This record gives sequence, C-alpha cells and structure tokens, in this order.
Amino acid sequence: MDFKLTPEQEALKKELDDFLREEMKNAPPGWEAGMEAMFSDEGWPFHRYMARRLSEKGWLVRPWPREYGGVDAPMIEQVIFSEVMGYHRAPGRDIFGIGMIGPTLLVAGNEEQKKEHLPPIARAERFWCQGWSEPNAGSDLASLTTRAVRDGDDYIINGQKTWTSGAHFADWSFILARTNPEEKRSRGISFFLVDMKSPGVTVRPLLGMNGTHLFNEVYYDDVRVPARNRVGEENEGWAITRATMNFERSSIETVGVVKRELEELAAFCKETKWNGKTLSQNPFVRHRLAQLAIEIDVGRALAYRTAWLQEKGGLLLSADAASAAKVYGTELAQRLAYTGYQIMGLYGQVKMGSKWAPLHGSYESSSQLCMGMNLAGGSSEVQRNMIAWFGLGLPRTI
Amino acid sequence: MDLGFTEEQEMLRTTARDFLEKECPKSLVKEMAEDEKGYTPELWRKMAELGWMGLAFPEEYGGMGMSFIDLAVLLEEMGRACLPGPFFSTVVLCGFTILEAGNEEQKREFLPKIANGDLILALALTEPSARYDPASIQIKAVPKGDDYLISGTKLFVENAHIADYIICVTRTKNGASPEEGITIFLVDGGSAGISTTLLKTIAGDKQCEVIFDNVRVPKKNMLGELNKGWGVVEKLLEKATAALCAQMVGGAQAALDMSIAYAKERVQFGRPIGSFQAIQHYCANMVTDVDGSKYVTYEAAWKVSNGLPATMEVSMAKAWVSEAYRRVTLLGHQIHGSIGFCMDHDMPLYFKRAKAAEPTFGDADWHREVVAKQLGL
Ligand SMILES: Cc1cc2nc3c(=O)[nH]c(=O)nc-3n(C[C@H](O)[C@H](O)[C@H](O)COP(=O)(O)OP(=O)(O)OC[C@H]3O[C@@H](n4cnc5c(N)ncnc54)[C@H](O)[C@@H]3O)c2cc1C
Repeated sequence: MDFKLTPEQEALKKELDDFLREEMKNAPPGWEAGMEAMFSDEGWPFHRYMARRLSEKGWLVRPWPREYGGVDAPMIEQVIFSEVMGYHRAPGRDIFGIGMIGPTLLVAGNEEQKKEHLPPIARAERFWCQGWSEPNAGSDLASLTTRAVRDGDDYIINGQKTWTSGAHFADWSFILARTNPEEKRSRGISFFLVDMKSPGVTVRPLLGMNGTHLFNEVYYDDVRVPARNRVGEENEGWAITRATMNFERSSIETVGVVKRELEELAAFCKETKWNGKTLSQNPFVRHRLAQLAIEIDVGRALAYRTAWLQEKGGLLLSADAASAAKVYGTELAQRLAYTGYQIMGLYGQVKMGSKWAPLHGSYESSSQLCMGMNLAGGSSEVQRNMIAWFGLGLPRTI
Repeated sequence: MDLGFTEEQEMLRTTARDFLEKECPKSLVKEMAEDEKGYTPELWRKMAELGWMGLAFPEEYGGMGMSFIDLAVLLEEMGRACLPGPFFSTVVLCGFTILEAGNEEQKREFLPKIANGDLILALALTEPSARYDPASIQIKAVPKGDDYLISGTKLFVENAHIADYIICVTRTKNGASPEEGITIFLVDGGSAGISTTLLKTIAGDKQCEVIFDNVRVPKKNMLGELNKGWGVVEKLLEKATAALCAQMVGGAQAALDMSIAYAKERVQFGRPIGSFQAIQHYCANMVTDVDGSKYVTYEAAWKVSNGLPATMEVSMAKAWVSEAYRRVTLLGHQIHGSIGFCMDHDMPLYFKRAKAAEPTFGDADWHREVVAKQLGL
C-alpha cells in the first residue's frame, strides 16, 4: 500500500496549483464553484476563458488519446487534476463536453463523429449540454417519450427535455429519443447529437430556488437531425448512456471544493470575535470544523479509491463505488453548507452583495444549491439503490 | 391531561386556514418576497377585521382577550401559509412588549391601534454582534432635557422600513452586570436621524439595518423602567420564541403534507414514488419530526399561556424545532426531485423560512446551552 503521490505527480499538482492560483485572480467577484456560477451571464465568459487557457496549457483533455488532443493521462492524474480544479473553484472544464460526450464518443462514436466533435472540445471551442431528463422521465429515464422518426437521411425529433443545465449557452446537446415506440422502456431509445442552433430547438429558462438561471426546458419541434449524428445503432442508445455516466466518477472535485470552503470557514472563525473570544475558541465550533475535516478526509479516500478501482477494474465494475463517492460528496457539501450557515448565525441569511454578507453570502446560496446536487446526475436515493443492487448484490425491487 | 384543542380553537384554525388559502395564496407570498414593502394593506386590513391583531390582547385594550395558545394556533396557520408582512413584529414582538412593560397610558394609546390594524411596529433588538444576550446591547441612549438621544446601529430589524414606531432596546448605563442599564424606548419611526436599509435575505422577509443618529425620543416614551429593560426583553424573547416555534411547526406540517401528496401522485418506474420504501421512510421520519415539534411547542406554549415558568420548555422547543424543520424541508425537497428545486415551486418557501428561523432568537446550540443551565450543569 502506498498513499503517496510520485514526484512527477507532485510536480504536476504543483504546476497546476500555481497556474490556477494566478488565473483565478481573474474570477468575477464572489465567484463560487459549480454550475450556477458557470452558467451565469458573468460566469460564462470566464468559464470559456479558463477553458481556453487550460487548453493552451494542454490540460483540458489530458486523459484523451494523443490524436484527439490528450496525453492518455492515467486515472490518478485525472483525479489530481480534478481535485486541484475543485480546490481553486476553477471553471473551464465542460462537464458535459469533456466529462460526458467526449468519453462517450471515444467509446461508442464512429471515426467521423470523433473527428468532427472531439477537436473542438479539446480546443475549448464547442460547449455541450445533456438533454436526457424529461418532465415525466427523471429517475426513470428509460420511460422517456421524446420521439425521433427517420425521414430519409435525417431524423425528425419532437418532444420536451427539462432541467437541461447550461442549454442557454451550449452549442450542442446530446439527447436521448425514442426511435421505436413499440419497444418498452430502455429498448427502442437512440442517442443523438443535436446542434442547438437547429431550427425548432427552443430553450426556456427555469430559475433555481435561489433565483439563479442554471437549467432550462428545451423543446424540440420538428427538429431535423442528420442520421450521421446518431451515436451507435438505432434503438441501442441505452447501452451508450452507461458509458456516458461511467467516466471518471470519483467526485473528487466536490471534495476539493469543500476542502477550500472549510479553510475559509476556519479562517473566518479565527478572525471573528464574539464577547472577546474568537469563534474558533468556541468548543462547538471547533468540533464541527474538526468533524468536517475528518469527513473531507474520508471523502477524499472514497474518491481516490473509486479512481483506483476504475483503473483496475474498468468503469462498470466500479459503478457502486462511484455511486458511493457521489452520494458522500454531495451530502458532505450539504453538511458543510449547513454548518457554515449555522456558524454565521443571523448573518448566514444575508445574500451576496450586502456589506453585511460574510464570505460573499456564500452560505445563503450554497445551503440552497446543495439541494440540487443531491439530484443532479442521479438522485441520492437512486445512487443508494445502485450501491445495494450492484455493490452488495441485494435483491432488486424494480 | 388533555392534548387536544378546544372546539373554539379548532374553529379558529379552520377559519384561519380557509381565509389564508383564499387571501394569501403562494403567488402573493412570492410576490411579497420581491416587493419592497413586503405586505399588502388590503390583506392587513382584512386580518385586522377578523380581530387577529388584537386576538391575545385583553378586551380593555381593544383585544379579544384570547390566550397565548389561541395565538399559537393562529401562528401555526400563518406558518403554513407563509404569511408575509409585519404581523409577527407588530403583534408578537412589539404588542407584547407594550402590554408587558407599558404604563396604563401607553397601553391605552397603542394597543387598540395595533388591534385595529392602524399601526405597524418593529422591534430593534439585535445589533451587529447578532446575539440575544444583554451584553450585545450597545446602542446608547443619553438623556438630554426632556428627551433621550439614541445613537448606534441595529441590525436584522424586521419591518423597520415600514414601521410607524420602532421599539428600541438601548443601553443607558454601563452597570455592574450586562443586564443592568438596559432601557426600552418607543421611537416614532418618522423621527429625524433614523435611516433604514433593507437587507436582502434568504426568505425575502424584510430585515433592515437601522442607524440611529442622535434620534430624539421624549422621556415619556420609555417603556418600563429606566435601566431595568432586560427583564422585559427576556420575557418577551421567551414568548416570541414559543410563537416562532408555532409558526415553524405550521410550516413543517405544510411541507410534510405537500411531500406526501407528491409521493402519492408522482409516478416513476410505473408506480407512485411513495411506494418506494426509501420514500416511505422519509415520510415516516418527517411525520415523527413534525409531531415531535408540535407537542414540544404546544407544551411550551401552554406553559407560557398559563404564566408558568417556561424557560426550559421554550428552549427545548426551539432547539428541537430549528433542526426538525430543517430536516423536514430537506427530505421534502429530496422527495420532490428537481421540480422542487425551482423557484416557482412552493417547497423552497418552506426551506427558506426554516433557514431564516434557525438562527432567529438563538439557534439550536444556543438553546441547548439554556437547557443545560436549566439542568443545573
Ligand atoms: C441542478 C440540477 C441540474 C441538472 N442538470 C441536468 C442536465 O443537465 N441534464 C439532464 O438530463 N438532467 C439534469 N438534471 C435532472 C436530474 O438528473 C433529475 O432531476 C434526476 O434524475 C431526478 O429526476 P426527477 O427530478 O424527475 O425526480 P424523480 O425521478 O421524480 O424522483 C423523485 C424522488 O423519488 C425518488 N425515487 C425515484 N425512483 C426511486 C426508486 N426507484 N427508489 C427510491 N427512490 C426513488 C428520487 O430519488 C427522488 O427523491 C439536473 C437536476 C438538477 C437538480
């Protein structure tokens, strides 16, 4: 057993760390990690800027093969990268492009699709969104009803997607649509790449509970998609979704973000006095912060273990560990948000922008946003089902 | 022992629920969260006509002479409806202060006007230290002729921006102990030298920063005795905390009701999500939290209502309900999935109110400390 990084890995980590420390000075005031910041009017240009900078440095798609702009970086390096990115709350990595559709195309795309789509992602020129969920197909994604009907060299797509994060900025989306309505559930679904500028695509904003515009409804009305934009065989799209969801799923980035937040919270507690004593002298506060530090260490271990298992056993074999890391990470972020909120006392309520909002009002917003993270990318309940069914072999209920 | 409500109380609850469902729909609640004033005079007037503002004031001061428990029932329904506006600050925070500390003349002048809905009041208690202990009262009131001059900053003062009067808790002397030297004044909201800034907060309630710059208050506007104000504040906080718990309980019940309804109606995998044991257990945990919250609150309210010592019970209630309401809204959100994460949905209203109520009048840690002291620790 060896918990140490190699000198090369340490060097890589430091280089990235130094780079991000410098670059993050350009962040808009009150910048937070996470989708809500990236998909805001002020955040989007910064997200794109950072993507370009990372691409120039050769860091954006390191795990990809060399011919598509990567360096075949091993899993451990991806984890290091994500951890440092999380710690600096750095945007720039398009989770849908680099995190999902890129790896999917590498596994399931044809040569033409790879050539068309991978280089623009690697150069930070093309950004993506994920059009999977529908109003009546959330956890039960396989019940989706968006239709794709073959018409000559095209498919014609009709239906509604929802909760599509970043659709208001994305250039392309990858969506699931039913090509065979006779077939039930996961059979009869195909996987498509859709240019968001196609006629018939309408994006309508949905505001999140704290008022941020992060996700959208996306309507597809007679949208023509060339058949060459179907990934994999017709009616066989479901199997591809599993590849999409199973690439680097250590959730280490969340742990990195939380670690940074704890450091800032601890600094705040050291500075803030009440009745002549700093908050950090208060035993309640001390124990809560210490507990979070412990939980972060556990989270980090779970994340590294997931990556290690992924490297050894492949993506599908480590799916339960990935689910565990995801649930743990998002719930840890939630506990941190709640603890921070409580430590702020009455000030926790004040929104960003007021001189009375400590740490830019970050706990007012994070205590709300963390609710969404327990749902995005598969709810905590569904993840726990996965752990029970695939990890523990307990009988399936559905 | 009787853990039930009287017929009159049940009737009050039904009337209040029906009225608020009709007059205070969630669309209005959301609108008021964005609105600068935060209430509508029409609804305020209608509530006054129902006698709600004076519900718990004695009849001789224009009230209905009902009990604190009766008021708790009403507050529960207000919590359920997420009623925006200055009811709590006017009636509970200020009305009770006047009733407790005011002299006959003050009571005769102000309470009937509050009961009629003619006055809006705000309590300026907390300061930038944001605590509820006597040491935190630093804002100065200095005598000058027939007046006092108040200077300093109050923070988290709900509805100060619309208040006809602000009840300000001041320091008039640095005594041997922090409790000594605190004096309460009833300040005309329009006095020169008061400036208010509205804070934007999670629940969209209207909390303000209030700066007093040599604000002149006539001596006759002192509420209670010079330098002896803390006893009044302590008593008030006990009542206000119990009242807030009642409101929170109503909100928690509503969040539970909504979640159960949704669990029955939302279908995934060909069946209602409420058929999944994970969701059933969430609901079971929620109802246990809500019922626990109710009865710990009712016990506290009953003690307050009957003039019994209630410090321990009130603190137990606030410590428990602060955390239970948070747990309930959290599970409620989980049950609702992404639809509940949307601003237009009603779930976030409860989540945000739970968050706002958590630190108000002391968070769970603060009240556990009170309980520990009461246990002789
Ligand atoms: C911030 C955010 C961003 C998102 N971004 C995207 C995006 O970009 N693209 C996209 O396609 N989707 C996106 N989503 C949608 C997300 O993937 C879905 O919301 C999620 O899969 C849950 O679906 P639902 O909201 O319909 O809830 P439902 O599936 O209706 O679930 C409701 C509740 O029932 C529970 N439940 C359901 N089935 C079971 C079961 N079998 N056992 C136990 N419990 C169960 C759920 O866990 C949940 O608690 C996003 C969501 C959020 C919050």
